[in-house]
Amino acid sequence: MKKVYQVEKDNYEDAGKASTDIKRTLKTLGIERKVLKAVAIACYEAEINIVIHSDGGTVTFEIDDDDGLIRLSFDDIGPGIEDLELAQTPGYSTASPKARSLGFGAGMGLVNMKSVASSFDIRSSKEGTHIYMTFQ
Amino acid sequence: MLVKDIKDLLKAREIYIADENIYEKNYEHGFATDLMSDALALLKDETEDVLLISGLSNVQSLRTAEVLDLETVLLVRGKPIDTHMAEMAKDLHINLFQTDLTMFQVCGLLYEKGMR
Repeated sequence: MKKVYQVEKDNYEDAGKASTDIKRTLKTLGIERKVLKAVAIACYEAEINIVIHSDGGTVTFEIDDDDGLIRLSFDDIGPGIEDLELAQTPGYSTASPKARSLGFGAGMGLVNMKSVASSFDIRSSKEGTHIYMTFQ
Repeated sequence: MLVKDIKDLLKAREIYIADENIYEKNYEHGFATDLMSDALALLKDETEDVLLISGLSNVQSLRTAEVLDLETVLLVRGKPIDTHMAEMAKDLHINLFQTDLTMFQVCGLLYEKGMR
């Protein structure tokens, strides 16, 4: 099964819709609660990052019919992360005052994703940021 | 502490009730924050239900509760809430309350009654 969701820049109202839908889908497939929560947390954080920091992008969710491996890919169209190492430091954030006033920008997004995913990979250039995570 | 007692103590109002039995639910723990990533970071390994207390009166406090499998959100400071919040609470099946008390007052009162 594969699903792709569009995520709009600065659309805080809809931020999190993909994670809600993915969580519901996994629930109907009988996936255990711990995994559901991990996927939802990572997806929500990554989705919020696209809304706050990028010019928009997509969330791609896939679950392997054979081994049940869950894959999440997040691909945005820029402007990219200047210093990836710094961005993964707990508490470091470049979120705007607007994003902070809405409850985001604690500087824990990438840290949270890494801590709940079975595998985590991030690449970034001026053309965009790509995050790939798996869960089992 | 039972939700019905929390509601009385804090003079809280119902914004949306997803489950009528919620008033008999007992909460031993609460988590208060306006930063949703903090809630995600600190409650990700929590196995029991926690009362989410927030001054963030927009739909993202509900999204965060949904992601963390939390059933009830209490909004503090009586700020005007987003018009979509009741609708969103219904969609996400989350009980939503609001009080005029500040977060400090809410935490103090609940702590005094034994919640941690």
